[in-house]
Amino acid sequence: MKTTRRKFLQFTGAAAGAGLLLGPKNTFASVAHKDNSQQYAMLNDTTRCIGCQACEQACADKNCFPETDTKPEIGTQRSTGTEALSVINANDTSKGIIFSKTQCMHCDQPACVSACLVNAMYKTDEGPVIWKESKCMGCRYCMVACPFDIPKFEYGSLNPKIRKCVMCFDRLGEGEIPACAEACPQEAILFGKRGELLDIARKRIYDHPTEYVRHIYGENEVGGTNVLYLAGVPFEELGFRTDLGTIPYPEYTKTFLYSVPLALLLGPAFMLGLRQATKGKNDKD
Amino acid sequence: MNTTDTSTPTYRRAGQDLWQFIKSELKPKGKLLTPFNIISAPIILVGLVLIVLRFTKGLGATTNLNQEFPWGIWIGFDVVTGVAFAAGAYIVTFMVYVLRMEKYHSIVRATVLNGFLAYIFYAGALALDLGRPWKIVNPIIGNSFGVSSVLFLVAWHFLLYMMAQFIEFSPAIAEWLGLRKLRKILGTLTVGAVVFGICLSMLHQSGLGALFLLAPAKIHPLWYTEYIPVLFIVSSVFAGMSIVIIEGTISHRVFRHQISAEHHAKHMDIMVGLSRLAAAALFVYFFMKILVLIHGMHWHELLTPMGYLYLVEVLGFVVLPFVIFVLGAKNRSRKLLLSGAIISAVGIIFNRLNISVIAFKWYAPVHYMPSWIEVVVTLAVVLGEIWAFRWVANRMPVFMESPQWVKTLDTEVEHPVPVGAVPVKAKKL
Ligand code: SF4
Ligand code: SF4
Repeated sequence: MKTTRRKFLQFTGAAAGAGLLLGPKNTFASVAHKDNSQQYAMLNDTTRCIGCQACEQACADKNCFPETDTKPEIGTQRSTGTEALSVINANDTSKGIIFSKTQCMHCDQPACVSACLVNAMYKTDEGPVIWKESKCMGCRYCMVACPFDIPKFEYGSLNPKIRKCVMCFDRLGEGEIPACAEACPQEAILFGKRGELLDIARKRIYDHPTEYVRHIYGENEVGGTNVLYLAGVPFEELGFRTDLGTIPYPEYTKTFLYSVPLALLLGPAFMLGLRQATKGKNDKD
Repeated sequence: MNTTDTSTPTYRRAGQDLWQFIKSELKPKGKLLTPFNIISAPIILVGLVLIVLRFTKGLGATTNLNQEFPWGIWIGFDVVTGVAFAAGAYIVTFMVYVLRMEKYHSIVRATVLNGFLAYIFYAGALALDLGRPWKIVNPIIGNSFGVSSVLFLVAWHFLLYMMAQFIEFSPAIAEWLGLRKLRKILGTLTVGAVVFGICLSMLHQSGLGALFLLAPAKIHPLWYTEYIPVLFIVSSVFAGMSIVIIEGTISHRVFRHQISAEHHAKHMDIMVGLSRLAAAALFVYFFMKILVLIHGMHWHELLTPMGYLYLVEVLGFVVLPFVIFVLGAKNRSRKLLLSGAIISAVGIIFNRLNISVIAFKWYAPVHYMPSWIEVVVTLAVVLGEIWAFRWVANRMPVFMESPQWVKTLDTEVEHPVPVGAVPVKAKKL
């Protein structure tokens, strides 16, 4: 009896130790989730956008990309690429042509970050999701995981990088706002704190109930994103995915991740026990 | 595959110079111009050239991967399917070392060798697919532990499991090289490596499935389920068994002269036992597939093109091999067992490719198809593994009896018994 109990205690101790080893901060973090209302965020108001591509231009300048030569056109879907981190699309909707901007959503609990095995995709405390070149091994799991298909990979390069909007993280550090938000002549892209932007968005909907649908895209999608959208038509009409749900993506793998330390600790014990149990008369140990 | 007669094992004798021996072993054994060699050698050579091309021209020039489809058959077949095929090792070692089903002892080494090489080759193909392979050590060293990533765990389990399998197989290497002291030590490590290896194995069999849990909106609802990890473990059982049966049947012919008469007699029993296990796993798997289907309530999807694909997978590659295995086991028919194994192995390829490639973004207007380069490299990887397997089996005690001194050594080991020592061939005494 005594030994079994001691053994049991040893196992529990080891289990706790392994839990710590695996990093409790990372593994068990999002249980009590931190407030993100003070994080940097952007509000794209599609009712204001005139499709002038000034934001695209500013983004290309900022990142030293060649100038874009395609225009938003109805019927063709332009997607972001390794040399276009933000693109404008024209959508034929029940209220006529509406332009929408596509770029990284800077998810609150990003799929790409929970996919990345080397923390190259990284959610900063300030809000933007950035990519660290020195860590990335180019496995492209982030591309598989991202529900918005945002990370793009430089297939043609021998030193390929993952490219995606990082909310001009370097500019933020210098006290500037993202290049696209600065360039927009229509103030269709608002940069600010997520909490305040949500207030502004709600107020716009409240003040102009006929102009907006009552849905702030990004408030709850995939657990909330730091890029928010307002629109005058249901978001499906703008080509947005509205089937993504509100569950943060890391939740999908959580059960599996939790079971790993357990399996590694209890598995061998169970099997050695089984080996003892199946011991025959002629067996030697 | 063909080999010359090596009926008298030529392991290193006591006192023989080690380096001289290794040098002599490096020479090819057996006929070179066999049909298998004539077909496989050029493919492997072309594959090697293409691999060089991949590293000098980049992924874009050699594969059909694109922004929409970041993973192709190098992940979907080489890694995801290859690992399922290597599952035989953990199942057979579980039966032999944990459940002590001695009947299967004679196939342990071949299975473990096959598993180990599959990991080296198939998982090694992962390095081809990495865009920035020079960073491959990052998740292992270099304080970049993405512990909330399934892929991080899979990478670690890969590494640890390869070590465990190497330890499991290492006594054979020591016997080949006539390193008695080393053999004695390695023999005592087997059980520990086996037990740890089984846990690791089950974790990353399921882990490879868990990878796809992060793509709920991209994988067709008939394939996406939160139970993918469990389905992957259960299907790895019949995947592993099928490969052991296929490999066992072929090896039985190819390495006939190396196999002892005793083993010959038992071979059919073993195959029947394995196919029963495969049938049981197929049954459980089928049942789970049905439960998942009911649970997910995607009936209406069954009458779409993807639905037909799903039905082909479940009826043609789960139910059918189940029936064939049951019949084959009943009639003790080598032919039936082999065909059951081949069908269920093809089914595994189909299933894994469905989840990772075919049903992935099934809605995309232009779907990914592998480039010929991707296909040839994949073939070269598979054939390379077979070559390596044959090379080892022709030299080390895999099918052949261990050298005489091992028996003496194992008897010595018996008293006193070090913890965990199960001498590999001791049962023969
Ligand atoms: S949109 Fe995609 S790339 Fe951007 S943070 Fe979310 S998951 Fe990551
Ligand atoms: S490609 Fe790079 S950033 Fe993306 S998951 Fe892999 S290591 Fe992380």
